[in-house]
Amino acid sequence: MIAADRHGYDVAVVGAGVVGCAIARRLTLDGASVVVLDRAPDVGDGTSKANTAILHTGFDTVPGTLESRLVARGHRLLADYAESTGIAVERTGALLVAWDDEQEAALPGLLARAEANGYGDALLVDAAEVRRGEPHLGPGARAGLLVPGEWVVDPWSVSLAFATEAVTAGAELRLSTPVTGVDRSGGGHEVRVPGGVIRARWLVNAAGLGADLVDRMLDRADFTVTPRRGQLLVFDKAARTLLTHILLPVPTERSKGVLVSPTTWGNVLLGPTAEDLDDRTDTATTTAGLELLLGAGGRILPALVDEEVTAAYAGLRAATEHRDYQIRCHPDLAYVTVGGIRSTGLTASPAIAEHVAGLLSDAGARWEGVPVAPTPPTMPPLGENQVRPMRDPVRIASDPDYGTALCHCEQVSRGEVRDACRSLVPATGLGGVRRRTRAMNGRCQGFWCGAEVVATVAEETGTDPAVLTRTTA
Amino acid sequence: MTPPAVLVVGAGPAGLSAAHELARSGVGPVVVAERESAAGGVPRHCDHTGFGLQDLRRPLSGPAYARLLARRAEGAGARILLRTTVADVDQDGAVTLIGPDGITTVRPRAVLLATGARERPRAARLVPGDRPAGVFTTGQLQQWVLLRDLPVGRRAVVVGAEHVAYSAVLTLRRAGVATVAMVTDLPRHQTVPVFATVTRVGLRVPLRTSSRVVGLHGTGRLEAVDVEDLVTGGVDRLEADTVVFTGDWVPDHDLARRSGVALDRSTRGPRTDVAGRTTRPGVLAAGNLVHPGETAGLAALAGRETARRLATTWSDRPDSPSPGAASGLAVGVSGALRSVVPALVDPADPPHRLLLRTGTFGPGRLVVARQGGAVVGSHRLRHATPHRSLSVPGTLVAAADPAAGPLELSLI
Ligand SMILES: Cc1cc2nc3c(=O)[nH]c(=O)nc-3n(C[C@H](O)[C@H](O)[C@H](O)COP(=O)(O)OP(=O)(O)OC[C@H]3O[C@@H](n4cnc5c(N)ncnc54)[C@H](O)[C@@H]3O)c2cc1C
Ligand SMILES: Cc1cc2nc3c(=O)[nH]c(=O)nc-3n(C[C@H](O)[C@H](O)[C@H](O)COP(=O)(O)OP(=O)(O)OC[C@H]3O[C@@H](n4cnc5c(N)ncnc54)[C@H](O)[C@@H]3O)c2cc1C
Repeated sequence: MIAADRHGYDVAVVGAGVVGCAIARRLTLDGASVVVLDRAPDVGDGTSKANTAILHTGFDTVPGTLESRLVARGHRLLADYAESTGIAVERTGALLVAWDDEQEAALPGLLARAEANGYGDALLVDAAEVRRGEPHLGPGARAGLLVPGEWVVDPWSVSLAFATEAVTAGAELRLSTPVTGVDRSGGGHEVRVPGGVIRARWLVNAAGLGADLVDRMLDRADFTVTPRRGQLLVFDKAARTLLTHILLPVPTERSKGVLVSPTTWGNVLLGPTAEDLDDRTDTATTTAGLELLLGAGGRILPALVDEEVTAAYAGLRAATEHRDYQIRCHPDLAYVTVGGIRSTGLTASPAIAEHVAGLLSDAGARWEGVPVAPTPPTMPPLGENQVRPMRDPVRIASDPDYGTALCHCEQVSRGEVRDACRSLVPATGLGGVRRRTRAMNGRCQGFWCGAEVVATVAEETGTDPAVLTRTTA
Repeated sequence: MTPPAVLVVGAGPAGLSAAHELARSGVGPVVVAERESAAGGVPRHCDHTGFGLQDLRRPLSGPAYARLLARRAEGAGARILLRTTVADVDQDGAVTLIGPDGITTVRPRAVLLATGARERPRAARLVPGDRPAGVFTTGQLQQWVLLRDLPVGRRAVVVGAEHVAYSAVLTLRRAGVATVAMVTDLPRHQTVPVFATVTRVGLRVPLRTSSRVVGLHGTGRLEAVDVEDLVTGGVDRLEADTVVFTGDWVPDHDLARRSGVALDRSTRGPRTDVAGRTTRPGVLAAGNLVHPGETAGLAALAGRETARRLATTWSDRPDSPSPGAASGLAVGVSGALRSVVPALVDPADPPHRLLLRTGTFGPGRLVVARQGGAVVGSHRLRHATPHRSLSVPGTLVAAADPAAGPLELSLI
């Protein structure tokens, strides 16, 4: 039996993506005893690690939906949280660029929709202003819509910060722990995991792409997830000077288009594609996908495609048959399902957590402990616009490991890799080190530093290098 | 720190050979900044012989060559700072160094960039598929095996068939990994025939010509590699837990670009003249940064030539002025030729050699230099192989008119 005690936890959260971590943090701060379960070896290892990292205003959501409300609220909450934890945010603003009649004609409607969503700062701009703002755009830009509140955020640190704060406040994090079934017992749940069961009074399903499968474990069938794949290309930092705003496409009946966006690490993102799949694990890139992106990127920002590609990846949106988030409380089952968090969940996560806490409270859930004050953790400065340890004389003087480069392309010091392996929610593998430090994420992809980083991580984590290099996780 | 006369960035063969030459010439303090914990650059982890033949006239293993170059530079009086990253070269000439001792700024009269080149990794080659572990470049593989003794895998596919690909096969063998195939998109290998024969016949490694990798599969570790035959269009799935992307060089030009140095469109390295001067006054460049994928010996010789020319200028000028911007007659390429270094020449003072690259085998082996359509020189190559170093004497351009239009080299 794995459970902490016979009565178990107040809440078991299935899924340690950004949504599950945000919920775990919120409920733990509210006084609940919480266990978070994820089959992956790290937090934020699913869709939460593979998105476009935009802090959305919700200007283009469907007015009146739960998504519209939670994205707008999430934007404020996450921006504040990033500020208090030191998570990198760049206030770039977004520019929707219209390239043809149809797109140009759609702009006033988008402006009206932004206003209907309570976002009042969007602004129509003419061709000359578009060109002035973004001189590297390809020929043919007709007009634009400026959305100053769309920003970019470091997506990996968000799940990590929520998880770190939850663990600090007493939550238990169980990774590499797949949930295989749920049994009802005495008003609570017995959550089946390899080697035993975990008892909890309430269950929160934040299983992302697997949320409908967990739903079935409770004999519910609120929705079905259809993964919608988004392939993305990350371009070399040399491309960063080519744009100022997030360049968003104007969605029309015929196509959604792709975006070009700065990242907080100083790169440029191009994507995503939108492909409906059956396989919930297929995060492969394809020839057709990459060709589509390069074609579109070359039209939007011709000089972009002359630069080297640093990385290619794909994320899966947890789309459902519904147009809105599927967040439902079933008090009779002591169960909340948080599904269909498709393409805005990074932004909305803290607002989703607040909403879920409210649903639980309304359903009469009461927690064992007393509420505790938030203690936002200080996250490593990973943003290109932040003072990185190797640029910080005080840090280096305090510990020469912060001045000893390990990953040269991303300027990551030995001290940061060490810290990542020893933190409260530590990296256990190379993927975890990449997300906590940026090591090996640069243009050389390990040509210079790969062996050195692997040897260092093996030593710091006490893991056999043969095991470390069995996966990229 | 005493302000250096010259700050060399990178202690590879080019940087160390330049530092040796400069220190010997008594130009003033010479400092080499190297971000790794040992000097020597790439040869540090190339554990086979053949290094040193072109520049030192004796065969050495990579590590021995690296040590010797470092000793010679230090012996002549150059100072090598290890674990020291050159982070920026500001517009006002201030250079920022970062190391375990902190962040320092120096103001040398000249900066010589010798930051080398890397092999283009998987993503930059746009190879689609999963993102499994077990994906290498040769440089990473060699450090993995020779410097860190890390486990590799069992069955490998090697992408590429130039020199370095054959070197990868040997490193894999040493690590107990069988190479199940080499894959090149060209119709033939691009190394010396003996390497190709020994590998194909002796080591029984099949070479798939006119083929390319079109997909990687594996959820954790690599499981298979899809190889497409460019002639038939057929795709074979090869079981492998390791894939090594070799060659396909990219200059490590990040610092150069951020320092305001203009790049050559074809090499993607700094545009330089015979003296190694770049478009930015005060900043020189040499070695694989300027012409990626050459041998260590040629990189060393280029470093030496750049140093010699700077020392000569300074011996005539007691005030040792900061070098100016690159100047000279522009040299370009056409037809099968892909690139030429240096990009700017002075016919009255030609470089020792011009380094060329061709994109195809042939058409012929005669390199012709033309100016405004008129032939000003020609040279017959021993071979015209893509991805291989092609060197012609600098005298090829000696008859050009410095006042006339640009030179164009072609292969006929
Ligand atoms: C291409 C793309 C671009 C996007 N761009 C943006 C953007 O710019 N801005 C934005 O705000 N949002 C964006 N999103 C959306 C955002 O990434 C997601 O909404 C968010 O990450 C969802 O988080 P999650 O926690 O619900 O899901 P996930 O991160 O997928 O987490 C679910 C977790 O549940 C675990 N799990 C599932 N089943 C089980 C089980 N049975 N047992 C144990 N564990 C289980 C999984 O391992 C996983 O870790 C984008 C998404 C994609 C795909
Ligand atoms: C895998 C592989 C195998 C090879 N095998 C052979 C062979 O068998 N025979 C042969 O002749 N040639 C071989 N070569 C080619 C040979 O290694 C190169 O030609 C040679 O090393 C180039 O010398 P370099 O000084 O220009 O650059 P490098 O040797 O690449 O040295 C550059 C140095 O600069 C340092 N540096 C870069 N940026 C900074 C910075 N900002 N601050 C401080 N330091 C910095 C790097 O750490 C590095 O040490 C091989 C190359 C590779 C990659």
